[in-house]
This record gives sequence, C-alpha cells and structure tokens, in this order.
Amino acid sequence: MLDIIIESGIKVALLIVVLLTACAYATWFERKIVAYMQHRIGPSYAGPFGLLQPLADGIKLAFKEDIVPDNVERVTYALAPVVSFVPAILTWAVIPLGPTVDIFGHQVTLALSDLNIGILYVFAITSLGVYGIVLAGWSSGSKYSLLGGIRSSAQMISYEVSYGLTIIGVILLANTLSLQELVAQQSSVLDWFVFRQPLGFILFVVCGIAETNRAPFDLAEAESELCAGFHTEYSSMRFSMFFIGEYANMFAVASVGTTLFFGGWQGPFVTTMPLIGLLWFALKVVAFMFFYIWLRATLPRFRYDQLMNFGWKVLLPLALVNIMVTAAIVML
Amino acid sequence: MKEILIALWNVVIMMPQGFYVTFKHLFRKPVTLDYPRKKNAMSPRYRGRHYLERYDDGTERCVCCGLCAAACPADAIYMEPEEAPGGERRARIYEINMLRCIFCGYCEEACPEEAIFLGQEYEFSDFTRNAFIWTKEQLLVTYPRKENPLKRLYRRVRKVYGITDRAA
Repeated sequence: MLDIIIESGIKVALLIVVLLTACAYATWFERKIVAYMQHRIGPSYAGPFGLLQPLADGIKLAFKEDIVPDNVERVTYALAPVVSFVPAILTWAVIPLGPTVDIFGHQVTLALSDLNIGILYVFAITSLGVYGIVLAGWSSGSKYSLLGGIRSSAQMISYEVSYGLTIIGVILLANTLSLQELVAQQSSVLDWFVFRQPLGFILFVVCGIAETNRAPFDLAEAESELCAGFHTEYSSMRFSMFFIGEYANMFAVASVGTTLFFGGWQGPFVTTMPLIGLLWFALKVVAFMFFYIWLRATLPRFRYDQLMNFGWKVLLPLALVNIMVTAAIVML
Repeated sequence: MKEILIALWNVVIMMPQGFYVTFKHLFRKPVTLDYPRKKNAMSPRYRGRHYLERYDDGTERCVCCGLCAAACPADAIYMEPEEAPGGERRARIYEINMLRCIFCGYCEEACPEEAIFLGQEYEFSDFTRNAFIWTKEQLLVTYPRKENPLKRLYRRVRKVYGITDRAA
C-alpha cells in the first residue's frame, strides 16, 4: 500500500513539474514559430534563443499587482482561474505516457492511473474547464468579459456535442474505453486510428481547437474585438493561471489526440526499450502542438455566425454520418 | 448539404494551400533585425552625428572661423577661439546642441577647412537635456583612430577634384 502511495506521489509531482514547464515553454515555442512564419525573430534576449523568456515572463507576472475591480463578484472572480486551471491538469491523470517500465526492480506504469473509462473521464474533465471561462466572464462586471463568457458558453454547447461524437467512431472500432488499451491496439503505424477514422480525426482536431478556445476559434478572448474577453479584468497570477490553463488544455487535447489517433507512445524500439515510449509520446504531442501554432499563424478568426453555422450545420451532421458509417462497417 | 460540401472543400482542398504558404515562410530569412545588437548599414550619404576632423598628425582641422555657426539654420553651434601652442588658431569651446540640430549638413558645406562632417550614427538618447550639448572632446575623432570609411570617401573626392591636404 505504502509503496503505491509513494510511487503515485512521485509520479504526480514529476508530472506537474514537467507539465508546468512544458506549458511555459509552449509559449516560447509558439512565439518563435509564429514569429518565423511572419518573418520576425521572436524572443531572443533572455538567454540563448530567448530560452529564458518563459521564466522572465513568469517572474514578471508573479510580481505584478493583483488588481480586483470594484464591481466584480468576488468569490466567483477568485474561483474562476482555479476552475479553468485545475481541470486542465487533472486530465493528465489518465493519459498513458509510456508502457510499463522496470525502474530499480519496480514495475512502473508510465501513467498515473489506467481507468477503464479513461476516455470518458478525459472528456468529462476537459468540459469543466469551460466553466472557468464562463464564470470569469460573468463575474468580472465588464461588458467585454461578459461577451467573452457568453460566446464561450455558446461555443461550448455547439462544439461539445460534436467533440463527444467524434470519438465514438474510435471507440466503436477499438471496443474499449481504456486509453492504455487504445494505445495497445495501435502497435503498428497502419493500425493508427487516424488511418481508420480520417473523417473522425479531422472532426476531432476542429472540435479540439474550438474546445481549447484557440485561433481560429478564439472568440472568447478575441483581442481585436473584446480586448482579451473573459480575462480582461484579470492581472498578475490570476491571469497567468488562465494562461497556463489554456496551454495545459492544448497539451491535454494534443495528448488525447495522440493517444486516440496516433498510437500514443507506440513507436520503433518500444518493445526492446520501453522508456523510449516517453520520447515517442512527447514527439507526437509536440507535433500536435506545432499544428496548433501553425493553424494560428495561418487562419483568421471565425465570425460568430460562421462559427455557429459551422458547428451545427457541418460538424454535427458529419460526426453523425461518421458514427453511422463506422457502426455499419463494424456490424458487417 | 451545401454547407457541408463547401466546408469539406475548404478543409480538404483550400486550407492545405494556406498551410503550405505559412509553412514555406517558416524557413524564409526574417526581415526584421535583432536591432540594438545588429544594425543596418546606413547609406554613405546619411547625415548622422557630427565629427570634428583632424589632420593626419593629430592636430585639429577646425580653426574656429564661425562659418558653420553662421550657416546653421537651427543656431545649434557655439564656439570660442583660442591660440594653440604652435601659434595657430583653434577652438577653445566648440559645442553642438544635438536637440536643436536638424542634421541638414549646412555646417559641413560651409566649412572651409573640411573640419566638420556628419557621420553615420543616429542614436542620441540620454537622460538629461544638458547631456545633449556635445562638447569638443565628444565631437573630435579619436586620435590615433580607426580608419573611417567616410574619410576614405573624402580622400577619394579630394583626389578627384585635385584638392590637396594642407599638412601633407
């Protein structure tokens, strides 16, 4: 019993440290990639290639004044950043990061837990993150924040449905809800679900981006229209919690996408050297993140009616068709 | 149905083209400069800060005649003369107010001794207004000094027009 607690404790601590660092460096990665795509240099002053920029930003944010406007709902206002930050981290409890490895004679599974309904858990938790945004928008007492929150809630309703439906295709084929099991079924590249569910994959990516409020679906924070939307009134660490939450959510969606469609930690040499599974997983997630950033540098923001039309008239029917076709194939 | 087909067309056919464009530009050379650390070369005719030129033996060219001050439309130049150890006339005080100066280059044109010219430097930030009154020590080129590309240009021009150096 005790060794399980110790093992889990170490895994939790490592995961949180690595995840927070990864979120910080995702901002650096994003700024660099977007800069080069726009023929700029990007952060280059703090450290070599600006590598210490996330650290500098973090210190700056931590030392800034925490401004609470007069007409906010204080409790909700204080709660909202936590609500958007915690679920983003919680998602990682079930993500399989690698196979079972042998560390000092211990059999350690490189995942916090192997829930047999892991994928349901992931989707339940990631949906909670939207409440942080909605609550922040509502409690800020600012019209921009309110508009951002309303947009976010409407967007969530439109996209959550399709998001849930897209994975049903994969689940039908895999006949399991456990993420470890899903990864085990994609041991060779041809078995990856991206090749068996191409439409499902496209829908998943679109919904995943809408889910994390990233460009081109970043209507909730739309800098040019709502001056940062739901987090207009937030400053200092509260703001940075939204920020980390957003990036942790991106990582969560990227890792879920990797697990569902790109074979998770599967890759060459995994059977002989299990630890290398971590590397494959990280590489796939980084590739996914690159796509996120690439998308941001490529496409302009959707207009609100376009977003709604796209969600209800395109994504939802396509997701249903995908399920029906997959189900028919499985039945036959 | 129409919307779905349009969306599919956009996602599958049109968007990859956009992605290709941004991906292509990822590998292009940035057009911006890592500015304070790297600087663009200015045009040789650019009029930046002033320099007071010297002869090759290190003595000042300026004889404090006051023509530059007279030519200056911004009234930025102030000078007082004195007698140099060899009995020649030179400036005891030579000041240019960099806040008044409009970098027109008239002083350079007026100077009969080719003593003053405008260089390439253009960064003049400082903390007090007084710091912008540049004295003779700040304006005089260091001696011995690194070869100034502008001076090389001057030499070439003088050679073309047959102007001889007085000290040579």
